[in-house]
Amino acid sequence: MVKEGVLTLFDKIWNAHLVRHLDDGRDLVFVDRHVLQETTCAQAFVNLRKAGRSVRYPDLTIATQDHIVSTRPGRTEDSNPAGRELMQLMRSNALAAGIRHYGIDHPSQGIVHVIAPELGLALPGSLLACGDSHTSTVGGLGCLGIGVGTSEVEHILATQTLALTKPKSMRIVYEGTLQAGLSAKDLILHTIARIGVAGGRGFAVEYAGPVIEALTVEARLTLCNMSIELGARLGFIAPDDKTIAYLENREFSPKGADFVTASAYWRSLRSDDQAIFDRQIHIDCTQISHQVSWGTTPEDVVSIDGVVPDPLQVVDPGRRERISQAIRYMAVQPGQKLSGLPIDVAFIGSCTNSRLSDLMQAASLVRGKHVAPHVRALVVPGSMSVKRQAEALGLDTIFRAAGFEWRDAGCSMCVSINEDVVPPGARCIATTNRNFENRQGPKSRTHIASPAVVAVAALAGCLPDSSMLKPNTELLS
Amino acid sequence: MSNGLERVEGVMALFDRCDINTDAIIPSTWLRTASADLGKGLFGGERYDGQGREIDSFVLNQPAFRQSRLILADDNFGCGSSREAAVWALVQFGIGCVLAPSFADIFYENAFRNNLVVGIIDVETYQDIKSLLVDHPDGLSFNVDLHTLTVSLSDPHNPNHNRSWSFRMPASRVQAMIRGDDEISTTLQHQEDIADFYQMKSSENPWLFPQDLIGQKR
Repeated sequence: MVKEGVLTLFDKIWNAHLVRHLDDGRDLVFVDRHVLQETTCAQAFVNLRKAGRSVRYPDLTIATQDHIVSTRPGRTEDSNPAGRELMQLMRSNALAAGIRHYGIDHPSQGIVHVIAPELGLALPGSLLACGDSHTSTVGGLGCLGIGVGTSEVEHILATQTLALTKPKSMRIVYEGTLQAGLSAKDLILHTIARIGVAGGRGFAVEYAGPVIEALTVEARLTLCNMSIELGARLGFIAPDDKTIAYLENREFSPKGADFVTASAYWRSLRSDDQAIFDRQIHIDCTQISHQVSWGTTPEDVVSIDGVVPDPLQVVDPGRRERISQAIRYMAVQPGQKLSGLPIDVAFIGSCTNSRLSDLMQAASLVRGKHVAPHVRALVVPGSMSVKRQAEALGLDTIFRAAGFEWRDAGCSMCVSINEDVVPPGARCIATTNRNFENRQGPKSRTHIASPAVVAVAALAGCLPDSSMLKPNTELLS
Repeated sequence: MSNGLERVEGVMALFDRCDINTDAIIPSTWLRTASADLGKGLFGGERYDGQGREIDSFVLNQPAFRQSRLILADDNFGCGSSREAAVWALVQFGIGCVLAPSFADIFYENAFRNNLVVGIIDVETYQDIKSLLVDHPDGLSFNVDLHTLTVSLSDPHNPNHNRSWSFRMPASRVQAMIRGDDEISTTLQHQEDIADFYQMKSSENPWLFPQDLIGQKR
């Protein structure tokens, strides 16, 4: 930025997509891949038709049904009648425009942020957009994934570009060593608790450091997924050999000589040593423990051995009022220990934590045990492909024997726009990304945590403490 | 965006909290169909009880604020989900302007594309206007002027009538709003640049547009 020729990873990818600077100070950037989901694209097609415009490059857009779909095994578009209209609108709009469509009858259907990496649609150094705020998930592959509104969906369909104010750059460097049994979810929850839900606003965030390098690709996807919970539209990790190995032989990955060329380019994608960031944060991971949320924003997070904060100790009046309201809504008390709080529902799924490695970790903890009698527990794989792989490993048998429901792929209980809803007043521990009021259903109470914490909570029937997570945290072999 | 916008005038409602998210602005239960009455769903989670009856104490249910046209909110308004329906719900209810010390990125961008004025104010301005609103539970009307980027009291008899506060919006976006520009039309003026860019990118980086993806029958 400051020094000539010295660039951040973000600068490099941004520059490679810059069609032109606009008179109003924004940049017009090219969108390599555009993904549609059924709840945010209908109006875009209405407006396109009204204006007599067509989809400019339909090959570069794909559509997947995920938000509103039923996750009942054997489902059809009629299984959730309330969602039929939006599902069928996207299906017919995609068909008319020549856009690939992954409906619930397709073997590759799944949550957009799970299938985009899985199908090789999200590639390092590329720019991918979707009408969903968790699009930064694909940043785990070194892809710039940006969440957009419906007007921007329409803009991409019509022009294959976005007009964006270039964000500032932030780097978060994770140092030390993550303790055994902890996960990328604990890292990102800790990060949000530390810098806040607005800490990344206006920034593109690069996650870096030895702890990030040691993460698997799926863990990196989990970490980048929650960039928007920091307030950042973009969050990403430099690609490396793990990324390249992950992408080989994916359906839409480059093949043969193209893959070799691409890999060489991907290896070059890193921030220059002298690159200057507008903001840089260092996090020592050695001290991080299992995390859980107590309140109604993703920054309301403490260690699972921690307590609910006291609003009287919050100086800022707006924040004090928000925290007081969160305490009332969540039916907890200032100073109360979180462990031991009884739960009604345990949900493993969502674009944050529904990949094979998440399910393997949860399965390893519940094998041979049983969910507490008063708890409804669900596992919802992120894609039908994840579901098949898990079944090949016998995970479905482990979960079912332990008393979990084993469902079909979709956003499910993360977003309460489908049939999977937490009842009013009920308390749910979930591997999701948002613990907002009413998020999982009217008057639902949500605690977000890692798959390991949710699995153990399902067995215990309450929020666990760290002693309950100590044994047997190794992955399935 | 077809009609230009120069001013917003009406009653201002106070949302005295930070981090108001788009799930709160329009809960997902209102997003299950393409034709829901989003104005009715605005702040649905706190506006109605479990039986769908209005909760009297909620600001937009109070007689003085049922016709609110402006909202004053604390930091980071519109965080969370990218759902543009949050902006549509505000607009369909009748809100033309939200003033806050800061807005979340995606909400902020969505607002411009729907003629919703999103003015960034200093913390002092927030406190000033908030005190006035707290002191006038029967409601106060304000004038928002996009030409001068100021907000002032509408009632000439109010002792504070001569006061005005400034808010910030990028000048180019203000002009686009006043003119009623259509962003897609503006971008399509660069259609050739875009096509050339795609052509260049495809020939320089063929791996990015593999045959499996491009131009294959499905």
